[in-house]
Amino acid sequence: MSKVTSMRDAVADIVHDGDVVAIEGFTHLICFAAGHEIIRQRKRDLTLARLTPDLIYDQMVAAGTARKLVFSWLGNPGVGGLHAIRRRVEAPAGEAPAGDADPAPLELEEYSHFGMVGRYTAGASNLPFFPLRSYFETDMPKANPLIRPIRSPYGEETVYAVPPLKPDVTVVHAQRADADGNTQMWGLLGCQKEAAFAADRVIIVVEELCSEAVIRADPNRTVIPGLIVDAVVVEPFGAHPSYVQGAYDRDNHFYRDWDAISREAETTQAWLDEWVYGLSGRAEYVEKLGAERVASLRPSGTAPSGSVDYGVYK
Amino acid sequence: MSEPRRALTERWAAEAPAAESAAFSKSEMMIVAAARELVGQRVCFVGVGLPNIAVNLARLTVAPELELVYESGAFGAKPARLPLSIGDPTIVTGATAAVSMFELFSFYLQGGLVDVGFLGAAQIDRYGNLNSTVIGDYEHPKTRLPGSGGACEIAINARHVFVIMRQSKRSFVDRIDFRTSPGNLGGAETAARIRREQGWLGRGPSLVVTDLGIYHFDDSGEMRLDSIHPGATLEQVRATMGWEPRVAEPLPITPAPTPEELRLIRDELDPEGAYTK
Repeated sequence: MSKVTSMRDAVADIVHDGDVVAIEGFTHLICFAAGHEIIRQRKRDLTLARLTPDLIYDQMVAAGTARKLVFSWLGNPGVGGLHAIRRRVEAPAGEAPAGDADPAPLELEEYSHFGMVGRYTAGASNLPFFPLRSYFETDMPKANPLIRPIRSPYGEETVYAVPPLKPDVTVVHAQRADADGNTQMWGLLGCQKEAAFAADRVIIVVEELCSEAVIRADPNRTVIPGLIVDAVVVEPFGAHPSYVQGAYDRDNHFYRDWDAISREAETTQAWLDEWVYGLSGRAEYVEKLGAERVASLRPSGTAPSGSVDYGVYK
Repeated sequence: MSEPRRALTERWAAEAPAAESAAFSKSEMMIVAAARELVGQRVCFVGVGLPNIAVNLARLTVAPELELVYESGAFGAKPARLPLSIGDPTIVTGATAAVSMFELFSFYLQGGLVDVGFLGAAQIDRYGNLNSTVIGDYEHPKTRLPGSGGACEIAINARHVFVIMRQSKRSFVDRIDFRTSPGNLGGAETAARIRREQGWLGRGPSLVVTDLGIYHFDDSGEMRLDSIHPGATLEQVRATMGWEPRVAEPLPITPAPTPEELRLIRDELDPEGAYTK
């Protein structure tokens, strides 16, 4: 049965107020199209989980969708800070930041990268915790009491544990999937597999819908099976200004521009009005971006992988 | 890593013999100094900005066998352009392996395969403990910084930690506001005991390169100025730290960047001068 649907219907049916939502992807394959649709549908009180909140959660926080962030690195990579989030976090107690859509304090739950990856891994494997050699002699367990030391049952060693993270919804952007949601991706894989298996519901967003035969011709490249997928949305350029390996480049100019746009609440809201609320969806966004900008982000050449032979065994 | 604009325009001339003198920037001196320290190292965990250029320079000069690991999941990367982010597509194309972050942190880093991890921070203390989380109180910070990312586990599991930071009274402090990444804790003896008891693979920080000089860590676990960059003075060094620094005697001057090192940085690694002007 085909799970192909529109972004509007996928978000309306699958994302609910108060959900824990993970739009994962480490620099690569971040689904801005889904984030923007969540903003447009004015979802509220979300807990947003991601290793790097990136511009997508800065925008979603500025739009008032979130009450809490679960994360490990809060910045604009290579550029600086995330200003909408910082306004909410650095506001003096009792003083609401002026101009942002949601003036309430933003709750933070903070880990390291490995801690976040471990949380998804425990969530995906139905384990009560994930052990790791990190956090020793740091202030991180004080800042987040959910990071706890545990003694090895096999010796004197102590390691730290982090609790499972099981998002209500995980959104994964990928190069291709079939109509059932069998999903293939290449390039940096981040922790999308772990985040998807840990989630109650999964939305897959792809550049291209492919046939089941394409999937079956290269089973090693399947990262997420249709078994755990609830909806498949076909949304070309849906990761911009993030990127898709082999399809389009990261729009570093936009990442730099966002630094200026987001410094003031007013300019942030004006941007959201123009680029999110003012558009019906990703197709209009791509049209507004313009053919020239889109063309400038295409790879400068191709670098196809060699093919492998799986063999036929009868 | 964003570079202060002020630093991008500051240049000085090397106090070297006339035949070799060439203008170079503070950033270029930092890159060259860090790259030379990578001689003999095999696997290096890279960050964006100056560390990225330093590691690529080392690969082209003193450490041709160096394997570059990016926390985003690329191993054996050969970036064809300077990446703005550590997740740039150029670190994937042509890499030895593109792995999940679970594999990268579990098998490569925690498994003990990383020789050198590069870290930066907003604050460092004399023992090389690092803060990249908050300035001020954690609950009500004056400045909210990015946080750990992978820094905390890199500091604990990479064999050696290299730090690249500019000196200032605000960054080289007597007490850091938050310990994100452990260095030599309160001194070498305690740090060695705790590392042994808890099975850390890392031996802690071994190098700090600043805009003024090169520091290693002495037997007590404290930073010691082992080399001062051409043009810098001890007065400048003291005026930009929150404690009285230990200084090697005699104190050599860091050899200035060679014409070949400068050519590689300017023509190949950072042709737009994004980080090095």
